[in-house]
Amino acid sequence: MTDQPTGVQKLNIIKAINAGLRRSMENDAKVLVMGEDVGKLGGVFRVTDGLQKDFGEDRVIDTPLAESGIIGTAVGLALRGYRPVCEIQFDGFVFPGYDQIVSQVAKMHFRSGGRLRLPIVIRIPYGGSIGAVEHHSESPEATFAHIPGLKVVTCSNPLDAYWMIQQAIRLDDPVVFFEPKRRYYEKAEVDLDGEPDLPLESARVALPGTDATVAAYGPMVKTCLDAAAAAADDGRSLEVIDLRSLSPLDLRAVYDSVRRTGRLVMVHEAHRTLGVGAEVAARVTEQCFYSLEAPVQRVTGYDTPYPPARVEEEYLPDLDRVLDAVDRTFAY
Amino acid sequence: MTVETAAGDTPPEPELVQLLTPEGQRVPSEHYDPLIADITGDDVRSMYRDLVLGRRVDSEAVALQRQGELGLWASLLGQEAAQVGSARALRPQDHVFPTYREHAVALCRGVDPVKLLALFRGVDQGSWDAVETHFHLYTIVIGAQTLHATGYAMGIQRDGAIGTGDPDRDAAVIAYFGDGATSQGDVNEAFIWASVTNAPVVFFCQNNQWAISEPLERQTRVPLYRRAAGFGFPGVRVDGNDVLACLAVTREALQRARDGEGPTLVEAFTYRMGAHTTTDDPTRYRLNAELEHWKLKDPIERVKAFMVRGDLADQAFFDGVEEEADELAVHLRAACRALPDPTPTSIFDHVYVEPTPDLVAQRESMTAHLDSFEEEAAR
Repeated sequence: MTDQPTGVQKLNIIKAINAGLRRSMENDAKVLVMGEDVGKLGGVFRVTDGLQKDFGEDRVIDTPLAESGIIGTAVGLALRGYRPVCEIQFDGFVFPGYDQIVSQVAKMHFRSGGRLRLPIVIRIPYGGSIGAVEHHSESPEATFAHIPGLKVVTCSNPLDAYWMIQQAIRLDDPVVFFEPKRRYYEKAEVDLDGEPDLPLESARVALPGTDATVAAYGPMVKTCLDAAAAAADDGRSLEVIDLRSLSPLDLRAVYDSVRRTGRLVMVHEAHRTLGVGAEVAARVTEQCFYSLEAPVQRVTGYDTPYPPARVEEEYLPDLDRVLDAVDRTFAY
Repeated sequence: MTVETAAGDTPPEPELVQLLTPEGQRVPSEHYDPLIADITGDDVRSMYRDLVLGRRVDSEAVALQRQGELGLWASLLGQEAAQVGSARALRPQDHVFPTYREHAVALCRGVDPVKLLALFRGVDQGSWDAVETHFHLYTIVIGAQTLHATGYAMGIQRDGAIGTGDPDRDAAVIAYFGDGATSQGDVNEAFIWASVTNAPVVFFCQNNQWAISEPLERQTRVPLYRRAAGFGFPGVRVDGNDVLACLAVTREALQRARDGEGPTLVEAFTYRMGAHTTTDDPTRYRLNAELEHWKLKDPIERVKAFMVRGDLADQAFFDGVEEEADELAVHLRAACRALPDPTPTSIFDHVYVEPTPDLVAQRESMTAHLDSFEEEAAR
């Protein structure tokens, strides 16, 4: 018996993921939640709040403080028929578990010739602008999207958060699920009883527009929507695309948009070199070469380690940097 | 060597559980004899057969590698008793997480040895049915499988498959690893996890004294079995070249696990008589005298001596096993050479459960590229 909310509710991303986890656990007794402090505390961000009370300690597991152990034991649980949802407490703490994710989780289905499936979801709150100390503000998504066998997705709003977590849990492939922690408290209306309007592995046009295309994901979608609002005041119409899935990368909406606008600005918090933006730029060049009016512009974090919090706003892409990049696409 | 503990006291040298001396004499044990009281002459003969066939698979594989038929092989020579003794303690529902050297365990679990050869030939990365055989795929990253074993054991707990007293239901997991692996974080994390969750898992460490070129003292200052105490579960050191002792000790540990009493660390004290793998040259780092010393403790010879002493087998039996091994060897050679190479485009088949659009496109691209050569040749 759980207090599953129903109907249309105004939820922030934390509550939306919580509701999605709750629904997944109700629908499938094999779904487990495991991680550091996910039980009684409900997670340091309270994403798993109340789940242990309602589903018990066997299904919501407070683990020892060891990320490789979280992922490695999740592999074993999955081999036994369970569907573990692992929480990594912060982005920068995933690396002790990186070997298990890359060498074991990602490859098991392939190396077994398809006989063994690992339906594991690895939730990672990521990104900066929260004034944190080191290792609490990073964006390591490209280091996972580079690995065959993993799916990598990220939500930008409560509605997507609610559905994408459930879709990720239902998938038989392992999924790394990035949560935009600086947007955790953004609220929106979510119909908890409806159906998702998009498959997990597809991008969404967050705002239609006609003059230039801006692509982003996770925490940067809101930044880009704010930039589009500012651009609209200046009479310029930006189309904003939320990529949502980084592996596989669904760029059909981006191609369609760039063929109309001829201009693309790609925005992410992660470092620039070999980031998701580099892949997007390469593919757009391949697919939309004759439509491009300007080179693809990237607005990203710089190629430095994540800096001290007092300068992180200068490190992170913001509205002005996005608009500057849009201006550059009109300078050619 | 005596080892000083941090507290400065000198613990007694560890006792090695041994039920068969190297000369094949049965050592009585009040504690362990009841654990193998049901073992008949047939069982001993059957274990002898497993030991001999295990060694023959191994020597044939080494030869096939030398002939260029395999890319690599990791020899189990010297570790047959540790593997057969522990594997014969398993029930069908128990689950095995091996390293890449558990060829004799694989045989005992009914895995076709040709499938082991296929992996080392480079045909696939493990084609046996890990669910049906309850023998997981080989794991090459050292120690990673101990966490998988522990997680699987946590699943058994959640399935209510321990402590019911039903011998067909209660299940345990055994994780194999070596002395080198005990230095890995994953192994230590697995010990912690198993301990705090009381998971039904047996950690079976084959201490073969060498991690490629590094001797045991590069990995530890205390006997490995004693590490278990620090994690809060029992550890036992067994003569890893004594198949009966390995059987008895593993049976006890597995039953503790199935009864819901938690993990055990078994240190099977043995010796890697061959090279680490076929690419290794042990003459660069160890003395031949050491190998000669361990040859006197050969795991197969002592069972044979025991059987002869006890009139458990006659020459016709030993000849029959040799003949069977010869036939197996002939079969392995032919079957290995007959293994078909995978088709190049098959690499795209199982990256994900359903192929992604990118992979479909890349497969088409590879196909077109390969076809272009055939078209050129046809011209």
